[in-house]
Amino acid sequence: MRGATQAKWAACAVVVALAATACGGGGSSGGGGGANGIVSSSWGDPQNPLEPANTNEVQGGKVLDMIFRGLKKYDPKTGAATDMLAEKIESKDNQNFTITVKDGWTFSNGEKITAKSFVDAWNYGAQLKNNQKNAYFFGYIDGYDEVHPESGSATATTLSGLEVVNDRTFTVKLSQKFSLWPDTLGYPAFAPLPKAFFTDHAAWVSKPIGNGPYTVDKYTKGSSMNLRKWDKYPGDDKAQNGGIDLKVYTDNNTAYTDLTAGNLDLVDDVPASQLKNVKADLGDRYINTPAGIIQTLAFPFYDKKWDTPGGIKVRQGLSMAINRRQITDQIFQKTRTPASDWTSPVLGADGGFKEGLCGAPCEYNAANAKKLIQEGGGIPGGQLKISYNGDTGSHKEWVDAVCNSINKVMGNNKACVGAPVGTFADFRSQVSQQKLTGAWRAGWQMDYPLIQNFLQPVYYTDASSNDGKWSNEQFDGLVDKANAESDKAKAVTTFQDAEKVLVAQMPVIPLWYQNGSAGYSENITDVSLNQFSVPVYEQIKVK
Amino acid sequence: MGRYVIRRLLQMIPVFFGATLLIFLMVNVMGDPIAGLCGDRQCDPATAAQLRSEFGLDKPVWQQYLTYMGNVFTGDFGTAFNGQKVTELMATAFPITIRLTVVAIVFEVVIGISLGVVTGLRRGRPVDTTVLILTLVVISIPTFVTGLLLQLLLGVEWGIIKPSVSPEAPFNELLVPGLVLASVSLAYVTRLTRTSIAENARADYVRTAVAKGLPGRRVVIRHLLRNSLIPVVTFIGTDVGALMGGAIVTERIFNIHGVGYQLYQGILRQNSQTVVGFVTILVLVFLAANLIVDLLYAVLDPRIRYA
Repeated sequence: MRGATQAKWAACAVVVALAATACGGGGSSGGGGGANGIVSSSWGDPQNPLEPANTNEVQGGKVLDMIFRGLKKYDPKTGAATDMLAEKIESKDNQNFTITVKDGWTFSNGEKITAKSFVDAWNYGAQLKNNQKNAYFFGYIDGYDEVHPESGSATATTLSGLEVVNDRTFTVKLSQKFSLWPDTLGYPAFAPLPKAFFTDHAAWVSKPIGNGPYTVDKYTKGSSMNLRKWDKYPGDDKAQNGGIDLKVYTDNNTAYTDLTAGNLDLVDDVPASQLKNVKADLGDRYINTPAGIIQTLAFPFYDKKWDTPGGIKVRQGLSMAINRRQITDQIFQKTRTPASDWTSPVLGADGGFKEGLCGAPCEYNAANAKKLIQEGGGIPGGQLKISYNGDTGSHKEWVDAVCNSINKVMGNNKACVGAPVGTFADFRSQVSQQKLTGAWRAGWQMDYPLIQNFLQPVYYTDASSNDGKWSNEQFDGLVDKANAESDKAKAVTTFQDAEKVLVAQMPVIPLWYQNGSAGYSENITDVSLNQFSVPVYEQIKVK
Repeated sequence: MGRYVIRRLLQMIPVFFGATLLIFLMVNVMGDPIAGLCGDRQCDPATAAQLRSEFGLDKPVWQQYLTYMGNVFTGDFGTAFNGQKVTELMATAFPITIRLTVVAIVFEVVIGISLGVVTGLRRGRPVDTTVLILTLVVISIPTFVTGLLLQLLLGVEWGIIKPSVSPEAPFNELLVPGLVLASVSLAYVTRLTRTSIAENARADYVRTAVAKGLPGRRVVIRHLLRNSLIPVVTFIGTDVGALMGGAIVTERIFNIHGVGYQLYQGILRQNSQTVVGFVTILVLVFLAANLIVDLLYAVLDPRIRYA
């Protein structure tokens, strides 16, 4: 090879590169205004395939919220469960329910929604072989143990507690009394599914068909989803805009930058590092409202060091040693509220939230805190290690702040230290395999706005999220009693009685309630977040 | 030369297996990936067990590795946790990252080598000193600072570019991210070229060429530059792999859904299938780039022969 030929090669390469640039151009064009306007919104890549009973995180839940409507729907303002597809849900004994589905509803492909659409969907969700991560939602229904045994293979493929009576009616038998059960039916896992889901599953997952105000127009996995208003939607919560374009962002900082540059209409997760600027950048277009999330510190009761009679005093002392107000103001810029019970303000007073229920044990009191900890025999092992995952969220900042607060109270710089774990998956596997011997950051995001959901799955003996393996007969008894109560108000007060056991025992320390935060552009109005801190997309109007 | 190429290709085999095994072990020691799939609550044990057996995580690591490698040779890289085939992820991610890398390499070659030649020929003059200081500044500032700064200035303040790259990632949107990605290597290319040019400028063959009365341009490009490019080509060659794998920061800042992003997600979710698959391909790219560099030596300097 001689020089001249090489020069030609190089020239060719440049030409190819330039030609490719020319082909690669062309961006997306924005939509028009008014009721046909398109809203662009930030999104994260859903962790699991998009199926109603398989989606347990916010990003996938967002989409399900737009394309599905179930028997009940939670009012975005009050959180109350109101009938959506359910005409009536009746029960005489709080254990056997008869559900009638409204007439006139169809899926967006024209298929009629019948009682069978629900029963088939629920049976699918409960079946072990389908790997649905929300299968436990069907755990209250009779026959769940056969369809989804804890070990071994399933002995049945359908739930014996479900029975189709006619086109519009089906009955549900629960394995125990549960008066508030109908109110759980607003959760997306209970959505009905069209036949197409079962006949051509792969096609359905790549472009889901539902019955909500929006239909999926285009879905590019991992990067974007275009949802369009479904004109024939029969519900009264029709979309007020032409559609939503969800764009996956690699980093929520980039999404925020795009919002400030006018490239994006809505960001529903303002990054912690931008909280200081957000008022100046967005003014009134910044939303900061309570969400159904509480953060706590959990302890390992499977470790004998922590399960001692004096341990109660130690945990109450530690709780009193944390200056919640200071941390929420300074580290979270008031996007969190100091917790004074174990639920969330989104429940409202009627739903069971009671400010100050915890009382003195959740209030900062340095002198008493030190005294209590010493009376209880001091921190087990002499040092409190708080484990957290260092990969996402700003956990390091607040864990350090909590430790700092405890250390000041104890007058010992090493009384409390943070113990970071590399990834969330590793953190969760250490928690679930009971490998932690100190405290760890815990939290609970509600599945449905019920006080039951904040207590039973987390603190009931051997409950699914009772990671610390705390167990208390009195608490369990009160929860059972509350579930059997047919009067809702009485059920709520009984749950609060159970919560008072938590005050006396302090199995986990409540830290703060988390708010949802969002910011939006000048192009859109009527933006709000529901109790799950997901934007109420169908209400957004485009200018 | 044919024999040389074959020997090099054979040498790649143990490197390939060793590298993939290492990555496989590293991902595996991070713990149980299924635990992270259910969010802040525990997966119910039956579903967890079912998922574990579906992803083959219930078998010993060596068996997982063997099955995995067996599948790789049939073109099956497994499935990511969101139900997508890893090959599908690769098909969307690699073209984007290759485009980004091409932009970065073009910047390195065009700007880096030109600046290197200019400064190398004018050693000690103001131009040389200015460029030296500039490259020092670029090297000492971390990529994410340059990236965020350019994004803020060009994207938000002046509105020249869009701050984020669209999912299709066309070439024109990748110019700024490519420049950011190339910046540090670009500075090194400049410095390498400068030194090499400065050294060779006093060589006998250059003096001969000048004495023959050849025009200056021809002397520089044909005689001086060609001989000075060997260290630069070595650097750029290894840089191809480094740029593709190391684009995590740049891709995050500019919202580019390329290899770096997929790797980052794979690591966060502890998705061994994604991580091992992508790294396997990156290892191959690295090896191929190195081979091409070695072969280019002979083109640049015919005295180099392969046995």
